[in-house]
Amino acid sequence: MTTIYVPRDSAALSLGADEVAAKLRQAAGDRPIQIIRNGSHGMLWLEPLVEVVTERGRIGYGPVEPEAVDDLVAAGLFDGADHELCQGVVADLPWLKDQTRLCFARVGVTDPLDPDDYVAHGGLAGLRKALEKTPEEVVAEVTDSGLRGRGGAGFPAGIKWKTVAGTPGPLKFICCNADEGDSGTFADRMLMEGDPFTLIEGMAIAAYAVGASEGYIYIRSEYPDAVRTMREAIAVARDQGWIGEKAGHRFDLHVRVGAGAYICGEETAMLESLEGKRGMVRAKPPIPAITGLFGKPTVVNNVLTLASVPAILAGGAAAYQELGVERSRGTQVFQLAGNVARGGIFETAFGMTLEKLIHTYGGGTRTGRPVRAVQVGGPLGAYLPADGLDLPMEYEAFAAAGAMLGHGGVVVFDDTVDMGAMARFAMEFCAEESCGKCTPCRVGAVRGVEVIDKIRAGQDPDDNLALLGDLCELMTEGSLCAMGGLTPMPVRSALLHFADDFGPGSPNGGGHR
Amino acid sequence: MVSPGSSVTDRVRALVAAHRGDRGALLPILHRIQAEFGYVDSDVVPVLAAELNISRADVHGVITFYTDFRSEPAGRTVLKLCRAEACQSVGAEQLVAHAEQVLGIKCGQTTPDGSVTLEQVFCLGNCALGPAGQVNDRVRGRLSPARLDALLTETVNR
Repeated sequence: MTTIYVPRDSAALSLGADEVAAKLRQAAGDRPIQIIRNGSHGMLWLEPLVEVVTERGRIGYGPVEPEAVDDLVAAGLFDGADHELCQGVVADLPWLKDQTRLCFARVGVTDPLDPDDYVAHGGLAGLRKALEKTPEEVVAEVTDSGLRGRGGAGFPAGIKWKTVAGTPGPLKFICCNADEGDSGTFADRMLMEGDPFTLIEGMAIAAYAVGASEGYIYIRSEYPDAVRTMREAIAVARDQGWIGEKAGHRFDLHVRVGAGAYICGEETAMLESLEGKRGMVRAKPPIPAITGLFGKPTVVNNVLTLASVPAILAGGAAAYQELGVERSRGTQVFQLAGNVARGGIFETAFGMTLEKLIHTYGGGTRTGRPVRAVQVGGPLGAYLPADGLDLPMEYEAFAAAGAMLGHGGVVVFDDTVDMGAMARFAMEFCAEESCGKCTPCRVGAVRGVEVIDKIRAGQDPDDNLALLGDLCELMTEGSLCAMGGLTPMPVRSALLHFADDFGPGSPNGGGHR
Repeated sequence: MVSPGSSVTDRVRALVAAHRGDRGALLPILHRIQAEFGYVDSDVVPVLAAELNISRADVHGVITFYTDFRSEPAGRTVLKLCRAEACQSVGAEQLVAHAEQVLGIKCGQTTPDGSVTLEQVFCLGNCALGPAGQVNDRVRGRLSPARLDALLTETVNR
């Protein structure tokens, strides 16, 4: 029996992985083969990446288009034979070997929905360790690890947990924010599709630590594959007694699906949405840790924050804390996207420079043209110029450079990008997605688009630039949440580093949409 | 005889009943209504309000807040194209312009024959393989104008 892996990750599916799997079955004829649908290893430029289990290890072929399958099989794919698409032993590829994978340790390796495979690859070790400790000890372990929220804000997870644990109440919730709406981020999706049990385990540990009995995973509707996989995984986990009625501690888990509102990635808007309301941001305080979902104490953490917890409990806080630099401890799952030759997931300790990630691992742009700008941290993150990439990827170094590491999403642009247009888009996006609760965001974004249009048309540029500066300051200082508060960041950074793109005769300018 | 109106009402009541034990069940219910009928008709608003004991304004407010909920049926094929930054860096705007030209409609519209609805979307989580799109819930990557044309021909003619 030959074992073949063909990813079920939606990035792989987007380039025909299902058709590849079907073709492989057909081409196998009488030869007994077993096809396992794994997650993606995160080398997305190689997708669909087909792996064949041989005595040398798992041999990879990619990118495999459905039309290429017959040729590959004829060349001896089932025996791991050489071919121009053959990448060799996948685990030995530098992209993977150079990473420190804690969160993503099993993604791409295992069958995402096979509980035995999960346990065989180290799954449940964290939950078992946690249940041997008191809840207070578990919270302390997470605090000592230095784990900070991976959703973007970087708030220490242990402190949040401690607040919830210390707030008395018969009903507490764990809410996982899987509303991954930022462009350039896909790690949450890949984890949910590629190793959903890790998230479930992390949530079960969080529930035990703070005394919560119910959990919700709020997944955006743009991720139908993640929703399906997560729901199936929860059913399996209940069946295994990891959560639900058969579990040692009382905790059950539900998936809720968003409905196309970017703002629901903001934690209080997400809570409103979970309550069945419009996703309107709440004023803080009160903080969700004390007055959260339905007014109850609630942990709201990002997917990767919760998925980091099992490894921390299994390996100990000290080991986790040893990774990283300064106040950024442990590993971050960087996501390399946009106009990049080799895009995908790169999990490594904080501190590697952006330059190295983009050029050494990413291989520069996909178009082969020079890099001109890089946006880190999503649509609300700053644009960095090509000569400003020698920046260690950790929270404080980015903040000092007027940028934001955020969730570690990196979007690369080549020299054809019109940065005036990108600044305008930042405002346009905010106008489209603002929840409308506060005026600086709701009205400011619309005015921002208008004033950028005037600047680009050459209308009173000096006055309008001053006006844009004022508007940015007002939005930054006066908005209720990060949507309006951070939209000025890409705008201002574009103005700072690419001022030439804002004039009517700018080299890359050329009009508005 | 049962009028179409009352059968829809009965069905909506049944969907609400199926979510009776769920906390804050309005969104899951609306998703089910849309999955079943293809859109959320304004006629269901008073039914939901009465069943869930909230005001009609609350129900209307939720339906109109979220872009997913349609007030009228979509075309037989729904094509969503990502216009977020990562896809823009590899030509999303040109792709959207191409789609608008080929289909003869703007984003947010449906072709007159009801075959295709074109929508913009901000991020499908396929940011390393852009420009990305979604055809009837299936994500597609590296969409060139030619690939999009082929995909549309294949899907629409199916």
